[in-house]
Amino acid sequence: MTQEEIKASVLDIISEIVPDEDTSHLDPEVRIRDQINLDSMDFLDIIMELRKRYQVDVPEEDYPKLASLNSCAAYLDPWLKDK
Amino acid sequence: MDYDVIIIGAGLSGLAAGIRLAHFGQRVCILEKHGRVGGLNSYYPIQGRITDVGLHAMTNYVPKSVKSAPLVKILRQLRLSYDDLQLCPQATSRIIFPEKELQFTNDFHFLVQEIADKFPGQVDRFMKLTRSLVSYDDFSLGEKSVSTRTVLNSFLSDPLLIEMLLCPVLFYGSPKEDDIDFSQFSILFRSIFTEGFARPRQGMQQILHLLVEKYRESGGELRTRCQAHHLGIQKDLVAEVHLADGEILGAKTFISSIGLPETRALCSHWEPLAQEPEPGELSFIESILFTDVFPSQALGFEPTILFYSDSDRFCYKKPDGPVDLSSGVVCCPNNYQLTEPMPEGIIRLTHLANFSLWNGFDASEYRMAKDRWAQESVKKAERFIPCLSQHIKAQDTFTPKTVLKFTGRCNGAVYGSPDKVSDGRTPIKNLFICGTDQGWVGIVGTLLSGITIANKYVLY
Repeated sequence: MTQEEIKASVLDIISEIVPDEDTSHLDPEVRIRDQINLDSMDFLDIIMELRKRYQVDVPEEDYPKLASLNSCAAYLDPWLKDK
Repeated sequence: MDYDVIIIGAGLSGLAAGIRLAHFGQRVCILEKHGRVGGLNSYYPIQGRITDVGLHAMTNYVPKSVKSAPLVKILRQLRLSYDDLQLCPQATSRIIFPEKELQFTNDFHFLVQEIADKFPGQVDRFMKLTRSLVSYDDFSLGEKSVSTRTVLNSFLSDPLLIEMLLCPVLFYGSPKEDDIDFSQFSILFRSIFTEGFARPRQGMQQILHLLVEKYRESGGELRTRCQAHHLGIQKDLVAEVHLADGEILGAKTFISSIGLPETRALCSHWEPLAQEPEPGELSFIESILFTDVFPSQALGFEPTILFYSDSDRFCYKKPDGPVDLSSGVVCCPNNYQLTEPMPEGIIRLTHLANFSLWNGFDASEYRMAKDRWAQESVKKAERFIPCLSQHIKAQDTFTPKTVLKFTGRCNGAVYGSPDKVSDGRTPIKNLFICGTDQGWVGIVGTLLSGITIANKYVLY
C-alpha cells in the first residue's frame, strides 16, 4: 500500500464508524479529532478495525501517533507497505 | 472451547454485546429461552396485529444533527444508521398532580419555561440542578449508590416539584421503592427531559430486527428456544453452560443479561457476596387497548404520554392491593409525530402492581382479577379520555405474573434488582452482567450496557 492508499483505508474505517460525518474535507496535517466529532470509543474502534482488517496491533502508548491522517500513514507504513 | 463468548439472553443488551463481539471476530453464541428475541422489551401478536410488549417510548431521542449523545454513541458502536430506526418524535407529554400540571416536549427549554411559569421560585434552582447533571459522567462503570431524594432536596425547595420530576423518572426505570440511585436518575433525567421521547415507526420489532440482522451478518450465532439450565463452575471460573436439553457448551467468557439474582441462581457455586443481591419488588400491570377511533381526534386526548399521581406525594411502592390506581401512565402511540398514521387507535394504561398477590391467585381468580383491574384502569383513565370504554374493539393485559413467565425476572420486576452491579463483575471471574441489573435502563441505556461490558471485558 502506498501512503495515499493507507490514508484512504483509514478514511474508509472512519466513515464506517461515523457515517454521518463528512470526511471528504479532512486536512491530512490536522488532528482528526479537531475536525470531526470522534469520541474516545470511536477512536478505539479505529484501532480495533486496523487490527481486524490488517492485523496491525497498535500499542496504547502509540495512540497519539494516529492523530492526523498523515501521521497515521507514516506510523502504519512499515506494516502496510507490503499489503 | 466451543465459543469465545456465550451470552445468556437475547434482549437488547445481549444482542448489542453480541454485535460488538461478533463484529470484531469473536466466536459468539447467544442463548435465548424463548422463540422470539427482545426479553423485557419485545413484541407479540394479538388478534392479527403485531404489538409491542410494553414500549411507551424510546427515550434518549436526539435529532440527527446532534453529534454527541448516547443515541449517537450506540448507533456508531453498532454500525447502525440513524435513518434505519425511522424515529417519530413525541408531541407533548404531561405530568398531572392534584395541584399542578407540567408539560414537556423534546425541547428542554419548553420544560424550563413551564417550571418558570408554574414554580417561579424554583427555576434558578432547577437550572443549577440541570447543570450539575450535565456535568455528571453518565456512562462510566462502577458508580456508587447515592439517594436521588437527598440530592434533589439539596437543590430544590418545593417538594411538589421534586415529586413531579420524580414521577416519570421512577416510572421509567427505578427498581427501588420511592427513590432511585442518583447515577440512574442522572441517566434517566437526561434521557427523558433533556433529550426526549420517540418511537421507531414500527416499534420494537423494527429495532430488534435490525439488531438480529446485524448480529447474524457479523457472524454471530443465535439459538432461540434454548434455555441455560445451569452454569458449571470450577473454582472461580465458569467452565461450561448446561442447556435444558442436556447439551453442554464451553466458552472463555460468559455474559449474562438475565438479571443478577437470576444469574446467581444458575451458578452451581458462587462465593458469598458481602451483600446478597435482592430481587426487585416493583412490577406493573399494563392494558393495551385498540380503539375504533383515534384518541386525539375523536376523544380529545392529545398527549403522547401522561403521568399522573392523585396525591401530591407520589407513592412509588409495591401496592398493598393487586394494583395501585392512584398513579399511572397513559401512553398513546398515535400521538407521536408519525410519518404515516397507524391503522387504529392505541392506548396503553400502566400502574404499579403487587407481584405476590397476582402470583398467589389460582387460575380462575387470576382471570377474574385481570378482567376486573383492566376495567378499573379504563374507568380511571376516562378522567383523561372521556368515553374511552365505548371505543375499545380489542384489548390485552399483562400482569406481574406475565412478566415473570416471559422474562424469568424474579417478582416480575421489570427494572430488575435494586442491587445493581454497575461494573458488571461477579465473584466468578469470567462471568459478567449486562443489561437491566448492570443499571443502565431504557432502550439506549441497555444497548450501551451490552456494548460497554463487551468492550471492557472482552475487546479492549
